[in-house]
Amino acid sequence: MPQLTTTTPPAPAPVKRSTLTKNQLPGWAMWAVLAGSLILGAALSSLIGFHIATWALFSALIYVAAGYFVTLSVEGARKAKDRFATNLVYAAFIVALLPLVSVIVTVLAKGIPGLTPHLLYYSMNGMTGTVDNETVANGTPVIGGVYHGIVGTLLITTWATIISVPIGLLTAVYLVEYSKGGTLARAITFFVDVMTGIPSIVAGLFAAAFFGLVFGPGTRTGFVAAVALSVLMIPVVVRSTEEMLKIVPNELREASYALGVRKWRTILKVVVPTAISGIASGVTLAIARVIGETAPLLVTAGFVNSINWNVFGGWMATLPTFIYRQLMNPTSPTNTDPSAQRAWAAALILIIFVMLLNLVARLIARIFAPKSGR
Amino acid sequence: MSNTLTEGGAKGRAGDKVFSNLTLLAGCLILLVLFAVAVFLLVQALPAFTADPAKVTGGEGFWSYIWPILIGTLVAAGIALLIATPIGIGVALFISHFAPRRLAQSLGYVVDLLAAIPSVVYGAWGVAVLAPALVPVYEWLAANAGWIPIFAGPASQTGKTMLTAGIVLSVMILPIITSLSREIFLQTPKLHEEAALAMGATRWEMIRMAVFPFARAGVVSAVMLGLGRALGETMAVALVLSGGILTASLIQSGNQTIAAEIALNFPEAFGLRLAELIAAGLVLFVITLAVNMIARWIISRHKEFSGAN
Repeated sequence: MPQLTTTTPPAPAPVKRSTLTKNQLPGWAMWAVLAGSLILGAALSSLIGFHIATWALFSALIYVAAGYFVTLSVEGARKAKDRFATNLVYAAFIVALLPLVSVIVTVLAKGIPGLTPHLLYYSMNGMTGTVDNETVANGTPVIGGVYHGIVGTLLITTWATIISVPIGLLTAVYLVEYSKGGTLARAITFFVDVMTGIPSIVAGLFAAAFFGLVFGPGTRTGFVAAVALSVLMIPVVVRSTEEMLKIVPNELREASYALGVRKWRTILKVVVPTAISGIASGVTLAIARVIGETAPLLVTAGFVNSINWNVFGGWMATLPTFIYRQLMNPTSPTNTDPSAQRAWAAALILIIFVMLLNLVARLIARIFAPKSGR
Repeated sequence: MSNTLTEGGAKGRAGDKVFSNLTLLAGCLILLVLFAVAVFLLVQALPAFTADPAKVTGGEGFWSYIWPILIGTLVAAGIALLIATPIGIGVALFISHFAPRRLAQSLGYVVDLLAAIPSVVYGAWGVAVLAPALVPVYEWLAANAGWIPIFAGPASQTGKTMLTAGIVLSVMILPIITSLSREIFLQTPKLHEEAALAMGATRWEMIRMAVFPFARAGVVSAVMLGLGRALGETMAVALVLSGGILTASLIQSGNQTIAAEIALNFPEAFGLRLAELIAAGLVLFVITLAVNMIARWIISRHKEFSGAN
């Protein structure tokens, strides 16, 4: 790095300094290195055609290297290694933030224009490619909406919750209150953990295969999708409920037993109410996890353009599959813009749902947290 | 929690029995479901294994059909791990040991937000933003590093390649690796850290001497769990990758993963094709199950002295 000599701060030799701060870089040194790196990075980047990405990349590389060598020359090898690692850790964090910011900005920028009342209150029933072609040709607002998708998402998620919550809760109660760390309990804990890692598409295939065997091949309804989602949801509910039940103080149980209350009543009237805020927020987070699942819905619920309120009969559209279909098979193959606009608006709605659920979960946990039984 | 006072006495015992059996039933149901997943997949997949090899897609039997997409799955997950592991550990370290304490918790939330974004949105972002942005990079790679087989040109003009899919996957598994590693880093005994610092270690030396040895098992299992997620991720790959036959080059279109293959073909599939796809799902299930079991086994083995959980 021959260019570096221009950016390094002047050697500290001529200045009189206390021995305590000897061999230490002054506080502004790193800022100077950063400024030098930015300038050098801009110069290098403009050599190959200036672009903000290459500028940032070159500057970062130069900064990390220069920081190392400057520190090495003044403070020694150990401090230099420390500086190098610190810079890398900061860089990792910035790199990790980039996609998050990019995703959110993209969804907002592309989703907000499409987010019209029409989109929210109408389905895609009767929408054909010709309609979209006319829309583009005449420059009129995009019509066709995601009402059917919102209905489907809410219904399927509700049913998945209805299936998962009792099973998950009872299992957690078994693990915490009844099992005494036996083989069965350890097996359940282990396989619940393993279930968290089941690929969502496999859960979908399972539900499809199960209902295919029982009700004939090709059975696709909202309920099949709900079963698939509950396979993904149950382990999350079990884990969070288990954690919450574990932190209920034993004194509460013992006090209840001392009053002669039966164990099952103790659990229902003392243990669960004490932990209810944590359980509720865990369930909400579990819902947030499955509401955005796409793959299992694709293979279990099918896809339609019209509104279907019946989870037990007929195919059902959902927000995630709507997004997927609009992007992959646009309504009008020649004019894909209206489809893309609808898809991004639907993505925005979906993200709002998920974020709201996360927020609700945190609020529940915070508001009801210091509850001391009913 | 056994208590002699609650035992004995006929009144109310029925309630106890019913309730405890109910909870036991729920627990067993979960085991049953996992078992059923395997059994039903196996039953429905059977035709694909026994069918005349000429009738299976590709015409050479099921295993030569599954082989290329299995490789594709492993490659995509491998790319994702290669990118996400160092960054994930870096972010976890940043939150646990570098960021100002007041900032650290909200940063943790921000990373958790990454996990909350649905996969289809990541896929859409990958197609609309990331893929076009990577086209010039791929062209540069094809021109300057084309002699390496994985960067062989001509580069894809849409950017919908294996490498893009891998990068999107890495973004998706980053929060998993980060949040698990962070928890473990935070549980390093404070005394170990302070002892290292008191001996004059720099922060990095302290992390290497006190934090990493303590957290190694937990980080390994966090990475394994990330791998499990990357292997099974469907929508991002289905949207981002313009699939095809197995190719060595990561910057051309081509390759396919099991999960995306299922998602793309299932809606139109019937008969033997359906069985093939379910069999592919079974293969994926077995692989992810193995990865997850190894990860959980590592965690449980080191539970006593590390906070990995």
